[in-house]
Amino acid sequence: MYQAIVFLPLLGAILAGIIALAGARTRFPGKGPVAGAEDTAVDHGPHHGVPEVQGSGVIHSSHHEEEAREPAAAGSRTAELITTTLLMICMVLSWIAFVDVGFAHHDARVPVFTWMSAGDLKVDWSLRIDTLTAVMLVVVNTISAFVHLYSIGYMREDPYRPRFFGYLSMFTFAMLMLVTADNLVQLFFGWEGVGLASYLLIGYWYHKPEANAAAIKAFIVNRVGDFGFALGIFAVFMLTGAIDLDTVFAQAPSLTGKTINFFGWQADALTLTCLLLFMGAMGKSAQFLLHTWLPDAMEGPTPVSALIHAATMVTAGVFMVARLSPLFELAPHAQTFVTFIGATTAFFAATIGLVQNDIKRIVAYSTCSQLGYMFVAMGVGAYSVGMFHLFTHAFFKALLFLGSGSVITAMHHEQDIQKMGGLKDRIPYTYVVMLIGTLALTGFPLTAGYFSKDAIIEAAFVGKNPMALYAFICTVAAAMLTSFYSWRLIFKTFHGEPHDRRHWREAHESPMVMLIPLGFLAAGSVLAGLPFKEIFAGHGVEGFFRESLTFAKTNHVLEDIHHVPLYVAILPTAMMLIGFFVAWHFYLRRPDIPVELARQHDWLYRFLLNKWYFDELYDLIFVKPTIRLGRLLWKGGDGWLIDGFGPDGISARVLDVTRNVVRLQTGYLYHYAFAMLIGAAAFITWFMFATGTH
Amino acid sequence: MIIGLGHYLTVAAILFTLGIFGIFLNRKNVIIILMSIELILLAVNINLVAFSTHLGDIVGQIYALLVLTVAAAEAAIGLAILVVFYRSRGSIAVEDINLMKG
Repeated sequence: MYQAIVFLPLLGAILAGIIALAGARTRFPGKGPVAGAEDTAVDHGPHHGVPEVQGSGVIHSSHHEEEAREPAAAGSRTAELITTTLLMICMVLSWIAFVDVGFAHHDARVPVFTWMSAGDLKVDWSLRIDTLTAVMLVVVNTISAFVHLYSIGYMREDPYRPRFFGYLSMFTFAMLMLVTADNLVQLFFGWEGVGLASYLLIGYWYHKPEANAAAIKAFIVNRVGDFGFALGIFAVFMLTGAIDLDTVFAQAPSLTGKTINFFGWQADALTLTCLLLFMGAMGKSAQFLLHTWLPDAMEGPTPVSALIHAATMVTAGVFMVARLSPLFELAPHAQTFVTFIGATTAFFAATIGLVQNDIKRIVAYSTCSQLGYMFVAMGVGAYSVGMFHLFTHAFFKALLFLGSGSVITAMHHEQDIQKMGGLKDRIPYTYVVMLIGTLALTGFPLTAGYFSKDAIIEAAFVGKNPMALYAFICTVAAAMLTSFYSWRLIFKTFHGEPHDRRHWREAHESPMVMLIPLGFLAAGSVLAGLPFKEIFAGHGVEGFFRESLTFAKTNHVLEDIHHVPLYVAILPTAMMLIGFFVAWHFYLRRPDIPVELARQHDWLYRFLLNKWYFDELYDLIFVKPTIRLGRLLWKGGDGWLIDGFGPDGISARVLDVTRNVVRLQTGYLYHYAFAMLIGAAAFITWFMFATGTH
Repeated sequence: MIIGLGHYLTVAAILFTLGIFGIFLNRKNVIIILMSIELILLAVNINLVAFSTHLGDIVGQIYALLVLTVAAAEAAIGLAILVVFYRSRGSIAVEDINLMKG
């Protein structure tokens, strides 16, 4: 069963890939599929066939209008059905596995085959199924299945759907590989797999320069984190001589107090290892300092954003810290750092979200902020609470993204919320599900987000590490900001006066195939909280997670969160209400106030609007010097030195010589005859004298 | 004055030298090159006949006849080539014949 869960998406990806390749071949006969695919990027003119009448035909996008005229690739429907069906099967199996592992306690190790074996290093493909994995399987497969289903509707005018669905399934497969990893190398395989798939999907509309730039940015920023992650794995192997998790965890307690030499600095072995590993998590989960790729990733199709933000990719970092909880529990300094980064991200991303105008970017910064919450939970040792938030967040964040996608299609691919307004009458269904998603995100009582977010804030309050108070303040403040920007999004999109009458009139509800996933996710956003509270954040944690999470003997966070003062328990809700009322006052009652505020605090507004100038800062510190260095090496090192004195120089000298030699060859007959005669004379002379001497 | 072997050889040498210089100094006409080649062959023939008489060996004279035949054939072929060349390029001036270069 577990093989099926993990490998069915791979099967789907391969089949969709074959269909995509075959389609490309028939489209561009005589050329390779790659060459053909690139041709279309420059060659989609009006001659590309009759307009395709599919769906309602009203929706058309400004940026891929040309493709809409192209006929869909052959087998698009087949590819959609195959991948979606397989993911649905996976989803059902995952829920079965969830119950089987979580409640019936049937953990499993499924060896697949040996990957490599070199000396002490033994790496197997093996599936590690415990509660932590089961939770992730459910999250990944459920969200992914709904995203697949939704994409059938959302991408219905895109001519390259087999490719898209193949990528989606590959993304899912990589994430499944990551969460079922039994050793760090397999984890790294999945880790890089999601990186690759995210690159392909963010750059799916490869004829858009911004999409390509965003894809490359995501890939490179993730490389920075992955570098740390790889070093962390090396450190683990150096310390324990093994990379499979069981051996590493068994040896971990004996490593406390050890030091390793890191660039001449005697560092505490476990702290350093955990920090390096966490660096990988920071990259994948878009934490403070390595967060810059996440908002740009919005260039991809909206279902991809939902998949990246809810189920795959960004949750990988959180999962990894939870998976390695036996190590992190032994490295309190690393935990402090995790808490600090998480809290900073939660607050920082929320402040940026306040002023963004792109509907998807607001939700993206919200993801960033919520991931910060999860890391706060990880940092203070409440791993199961962090997983709880991951679990609930997946539902409402996928819902918000897919809902935004529905708004975007309704508004003819308009993403600027300033141009929306009053949509609640036009697309009531989307309005309702977005409302549910927002309630869950802001932590409205009894929705999913309420339980997990409050648990995190309480955990931060009772946390023992030096950063816990900071984390508490940051998360509480972020709760208010979250509420404010979420309601701002709702009010500006769905309420008030429409800003673009024509679009508003033409706005229409999305097709059924997009609304069904929204409905399910909305149900999940409400129901994922209460029934699971006990096993994630209550007294059932021990019996549910068992040995998949490790809590140190001194770690009483999970116990203590039940005994927090009343004001802490109601603080998040109060914050949520304050945020709501401020947003309501600003955007419904007195829309002139925010404008006035932005004018009065111009520098602050700009600072937030430009995302704390991180992109500019990185451009100045890293990108520009790198480009300058690259240019120096290119022009000076390669062009001048190597080429100048190497191939180019030698060939130039040879040419100089031959250019002179070639003048000897005049073409005149008598010159040749003369040369021949001189030769003959010289030969005879030599013959006469040289042979005559002896 | 008895005309001896030396005189014949001198005449032959003069003819040979004339032929050589005819090839190199001539800048006008390809036919003159052909004629110069004939001159060189004639010089060789004179040498052959002179040595044949001097040594009393008939083979030299037979060779002279052979060379005459070959020279006649060569002249015919050379002229034929020239005609064809003229037809195709419209000129047989030496300066114009410079295609044999890279």
